[in-house]
Amino acid sequence: MSTVQTAAGPSTGRAPQRAPGKGGAQRQTTAGWIFTTPVLVLLGLFLFIPILMALWVSFTDWTGRGSPFSSNVETVGTENYQALLTQEGLSRQDFMTSLRNTFYYVVGVVPTQTVLALLLAVIVNQKFLKGRTFFRTAFYFPAVVSSVAISLVFLFLFTGTGAVNQFLAVLGIDGPTWFSDARGLIHIVGDWLGLWTIDSPPSGLADTQVMSLSLWEWVSGPSVAMSAIMLQVIWTTAGTFMLMFLAALQDLPTEVEEAAMVDGANRWQRFRNVTVPHLRPTILLVITLGVIGTWQVFDQMYVMTQGGPSKTTLTPAYLSYDAAFTQKQWGEGAAMAFLLFALIFALTSLQRFVLRDKDEAATRKAARVQARAARRKGTAA
Amino acid sequence: MNQPRRPRRTTTLALTLALGSALLASACGGGGGFEEESASSAPASASGPVDLKMLFGSSGDAETDAVKAAADAWAKKTGNKVTVTVASDMNQQLAQGFASGNPPDVFYMDASQYANYAKDGSLYPYADQIEDNEDFYEPLRETFTYEGKQYCVPKDFSTLALQINTDAWQKAGLTDADVPKTWVDLTTVAKKLTTGGQVGLGLSTGIDRVGVFVVQNGGWWVNEDGTKATGSNTEVREALAYVQKNVKEGQFAFAPDLDSGWGGEAFGTGKAAMTIEGNWIKGALEKDYADVKYKTVELPEGPEGKGTLSFTVCWGVSTDSKAQAQAVDLVKSLTSVEQQLAFADAFGVIPSRQSAAEQYQQKFPEDAAFIAGADYGHGPINRPGLDQVIADINSKLENLKGANLEQVLKSFDTNAQSALEK
Repeated sequence: MSTVQTAAGPSTGRAPQRAPGKGGAQRQTTAGWIFTTPVLVLLGLFLFIPILMALWVSFTDWTGRGSPFSSNVETVGTENYQALLTQEGLSRQDFMTSLRNTFYYVVGVVPTQTVLALLLAVIVNQKFLKGRTFFRTAFYFPAVVSSVAISLVFLFLFTGTGAVNQFLAVLGIDGPTWFSDARGLIHIVGDWLGLWTIDSPPSGLADTQVMSLSLWEWVSGPSVAMSAIMLQVIWTTAGTFMLMFLAALQDLPTEVEEAAMVDGANRWQRFRNVTVPHLRPTILLVITLGVIGTWQVFDQMYVMTQGGPSKTTLTPAYLSYDAAFTQKQWGEGAAMAFLLFALIFALTSLQRFVLRDKDEAATRKAARVQARAARRKGTAA
Repeated sequence: MNQPRRPRRTTTLALTLALGSALLASACGGGGGFEEESASSAPASASGPVDLKMLFGSSGDAETDAVKAAADAWAKKTGNKVTVTVASDMNQQLAQGFASGNPPDVFYMDASQYANYAKDGSLYPYADQIEDNEDFYEPLRETFTYEGKQYCVPKDFSTLALQINTDAWQKAGLTDADVPKTWVDLTTVAKKLTTGGQVGLGLSTGIDRVGVFVVQNGGWWVNEDGTKATGSNTEVREALAYVQKNVKEGQFAFAPDLDSGWGGEAFGTGKAAMTIEGNWIKGALEKDYADVKYKTVELPEGPEGKGTLSFTVCWGVSTDSKAQAQAVDLVKSLTSVEQQLAFADAFGVIPSRQSAAEQYQQKFPEDAAFIAGADYGHGPINRPGLDQVIADINSKLENLKGANLEQVLKSFDTNAQSALEK
């Protein structure tokens, strides 16, 4: 708190000499701080401090008894991180398995839900669509239902004799027992195409170990169980993102569209060259939120599969929870959380860079160059 | 516009840091008070009436009500108070309690989790204060012993036994004389019971079920004193190979392949004519599949004689409890013969005291097979830090049919060995 006093001290001392306008600004700043203090305290208490505490725990051997700051908790340096990244063992194997599962999950979910959401938004944005409100509500509905409730419904839909398999049976397809089927999709497809047989994988893939998993395991693709969860997540989140696209679409001035029509653009050209560029910031937002949300997926695994079958629905978030609360490896659990954070941060930055508006970036760069040149001129003069 | 921005930003940063560090300091200060007290056998006894906190995971209203009533009765008799909390996620809530330094005084402690808590000193070892401790079944006491010291007393137990669907049994032309006595018998009757939509024996996955065959073959996953992993020994491998062979031939199957969550469900829906479960199957069948007629018999003997697995939970008392004496007294009353028989009546558990066996058997003659197992039942692997390893082998055994046993057991040994040496 001393910093505040030194910051405020001199200015109040000199206040009489100051122009009245400046003192007012200072008072406004103080008032501003007073108004934001409750939020800052709350954020600090429930966000900032817990994160710092978790960071501390990730460097200790805390067993979950008493305070992690007490004297009998020893720091172990980066041992917890090493167990997950560099040491051969079960911890790394599980962590890598969870990263593999989630990678396929993200790759499957994010593009699909973005495209689906955009499609739905374009459909319900049509002015001449009958029952627009009904469709909007219907598409958005899954997003407002608790994910736990939806997960339970999906468990029943996807049992061996559930509605999904009965429907498939009508089409003459013998459906899998979804949530107990650990076979990877890529494995299955390769089997169909005759590239390999699942029960005796090619030894070149099966015998090469990379980070505690064999290449064969790395290329498995999402398991059938994971695919069922992916379907559910796409279905529930598409509605939320549809809403974002819809808001952006309604911002699109009709004049622009009409101008495009006058220019003779057909429907597809208008969508491709007018609508999508206009939606660019929203697409960036939706993909960013999608990537962050999918890497953190937890509740579906907690409710539906607990990581099974054969660890194919294990995700870093669930594994971190399990390591801490069930195995009492709190340090490792916290370390996983921070590795996941680093990963998401890196991916999001990369994605912002790739999807940045190239025109705007170019303009800004030009402005910077200009400003620098002007400054140089100024100092020279 | 641009000028005032810079100084303001530094103030923001300074303020955030100052605020943050102040809050952090207070948070650390709050936690600093908990230094571990060494576990002594003299119980901490608070004077005057105490308020004990009790946490347990309940199987349903019957259990909740019965435990609450028992705790209230003790409270009334002794003039203390007991606040009973039903956990929705036992592991998590217990972990939270210990992390906050303010754990419940008395709680359910599962045998498979027990070693972790005993190792880090969370549990107060009170078994030596129970006068007739020998009355509890020996294998159960053994389960709650860590490094030579018994920490807590079992509240009840169950063992695994063989359930037989009597209708399917008769339909297959089998009689009482055919009840399997050996592995060969088991395969024979299972084959006879396997028809179109029904397998002979349906099992839940994991070592908590196939482990019975391991025990019957004289094997176990770790050696006696828990210093060496022994999964690669012939006894273990042969036992799993026996199950694998039967699964491949089609007379045994695991629950997921029968589109069921566990053996009891496969049994209840008639997809399996036999299953291996504990006495919890009684309540489950009564509730969901009341029309299934069945009987429970002892498991067949393996090459090395009788063997089964026992499952149990003890009454844990925390080291951090301020009223250990009262907590132990509460546990004494909860584990008395009368109280255990009352629990048995209310929610179908088997008393953990030998002196209660006779009365229990008179009341529930159909449970004889479970009680018989108490004498030769093997508890779970009770070494700390093995959860991850056990979860790993369980996930690999989900697909026992196609598993490369040698490889699975070798990796179990490698992983278990490094966990045991930690």
